[in-house]
Amino acid sequence: MAEPALSIRGLTKVYGNGFEALKGIDLDVAQGDFYALLGPNGAGKSTTLGVVCSLVQKTAGKITIFGIDVDTDFARAKYHLGVVPQEFNFSQFEKVIDIVLAQAGYYGMSRREALPRAEQLLRDLSLWDKRNGPARMLSGGMKRRLMIARALMHRPKLLILDEPTAGVDIELRRSMWEYMRRINREEGVTIILTTHYLEEAESLCRRVGIINHGEIVRDTSVRELLAELDTETFLLDLAHPVAAAPEVEGFEISRVDDAQLAVVVHRGQRLNDVFAALSEQGMQVMSMRNRANRLEEMFVSMVEDDQQKEARP
Amino acid sequence: MNPQQIAIALWTLVHKEIKRFTRIWPQTLLPPSITMTMYFIIFGNLIGSRIGEMDGYSYMDFIVPGLIMMAVITNSYSNVASSFFSNKFQRSIEEMMVSPMPNWVILSGFVLGGMARGLGVGLIVTGVSLFFTRIEVAHPLLTVFVVVLTAALFAIGGFINALLGKKFDDISIVPTFVLTPLTYLGGVFYSISLLPDFWQGVSMLNPILYMVNVFRYGFLGVSDIPVGWALAAVLAFISVLYGVALWMLKHGKGIRS
Repeated sequence: MAEPALSIRGLTKVYGNGFEALKGIDLDVAQGDFYALLGPNGAGKSTTLGVVCSLVQKTAGKITIFGIDVDTDFARAKYHLGVVPQEFNFSQFEKVIDIVLAQAGYYGMSRREALPRAEQLLRDLSLWDKRNGPARMLSGGMKRRLMIARALMHRPKLLILDEPTAGVDIELRRSMWEYMRRINREEGVTIILTTHYLEEAESLCRRVGIINHGEIVRDTSVRELLAELDTETFLLDLAHPVAAAPEVEGFEISRVDDAQLAVVVHRGQRLNDVFAALSEQGMQVMSMRNRANRLEEMFVSMVEDDQQKEARP
Repeated sequence: MNPQQIAIALWTLVHKEIKRFTRIWPQTLLPPSITMTMYFIIFGNLIGSRIGEMDGYSYMDFIVPGLIMMAVITNSYSNVASSFFSNKFQRSIEEMMVSPMPNWVILSGFVLGGMARGLGVGLIVTGVSLFFTRIEVAHPLLTVFVVVLTAALFAIGGFINALLGKKFDDISIVPTFVLTPLTYLGGVFYSISLLPDFWQGVSMLNPILYMVNVFRYGFLGVSDIPVGWALAAVLAFISVLYGVALWMLKHGKGIRS
């Protein structure tokens, strides 16, 4: 069996002030996987990835990248690793092309090899026209794409993206998703991303790990996780305002505003029954949508369960 | 990394550093040239003619090596201090930390970049001095050797300062309150033989005194202190500081949480 792209065992991080950010994390990400690491702010996502990238020093634990132990041969392991951090971390005064070429140089790539690679990546990420301008002149979305281009210069087999689409508009986000899907599918790049957009994880990733209070609370496939979800909330837009939420047997219905209702539907229940009951009461439904995406509901309930467990004496 | 990859990585870093200070030449190369021209005019020409000779040389000839050295010291130091600290501040240091570059390549890249600026400014100041006096170099090889060592030493010092610095103020404190006084008291403008015995002894604790004197010896053939001893002291300082900087990098001091 192939070595995992990333394997973490017993990873612990205690900061100087005594805060235990990671409490013995175990995690495996298979080669070729598209993996999402989810968790609320401060859960330990960025710390975990920071340790993997050597930006944060671990307190204890073992990390291997494609079977290479980072404690014994980090330099070799780093060749397989590309990193797109959460915050912009390039010189704002340098030209776009210089930033990506310098990164190639740090990995020992000759300029002859680096130039066509830089052109290909900057074209793929729609930055080629901006190559001779200083990075500070780029928009937020362009800066994120620049960090992706930079991370891919040395052809890493494992790409780590820490909230890659934060603050990026919907259109651009979708084009970035398409690009990430492509390099995962066509080039076999293993991708690990953290995100707050759970729709992103549901749309892109095959597996998902949920981290909370420095511990992995779930590590499973997105499909399995969604199969466990037995509740969905739908928002119904009505043709006319209603004074109160109607009563429909077996369903929880609440009034969101004058002309909108929220209906909680459990697995096995039929939406047709709701529509029929509302119709009988003289209400016409004009349109309908999910209140939150399914994974988000699952995630929120898991984190809440975890917090309740912690609160118990 | 194999040797060829290491050479590419090192050159990438050095080239980037040189490009940085040449791009902003009005901030990096022009000011020291103007300042040193003022020194030559005021201390060398106007006041120097009234001072007379120092150690058997005209005052202008005496201060030229010291002023060149002063420019090399301050520019080597401040280049690395400001460049590395900017990399920390903008977090672009992470580009290097996630790469397979060994720590010694990162350190050497910044140090060589700082040396390039220090020596570049030294050359400019030397060129300016030719408008005021005729320079004759008694020991050319020694002169080049000691100025290169001095640039290296202070570039490493600037690197350590930047590693320890947490805010921009921290990288201006050392040049202002340590480097400048030590340079002025390092025999740039006077021979320490003019000082009473006690202050001569105190002056011997100043490392800059050794560099200025050896450099002056290279130019004029006169020195307040034994040249071999001074060179050994400079080499020892370089070895210790390079080791300290490398240890700090390895342990992520000031750059890893």
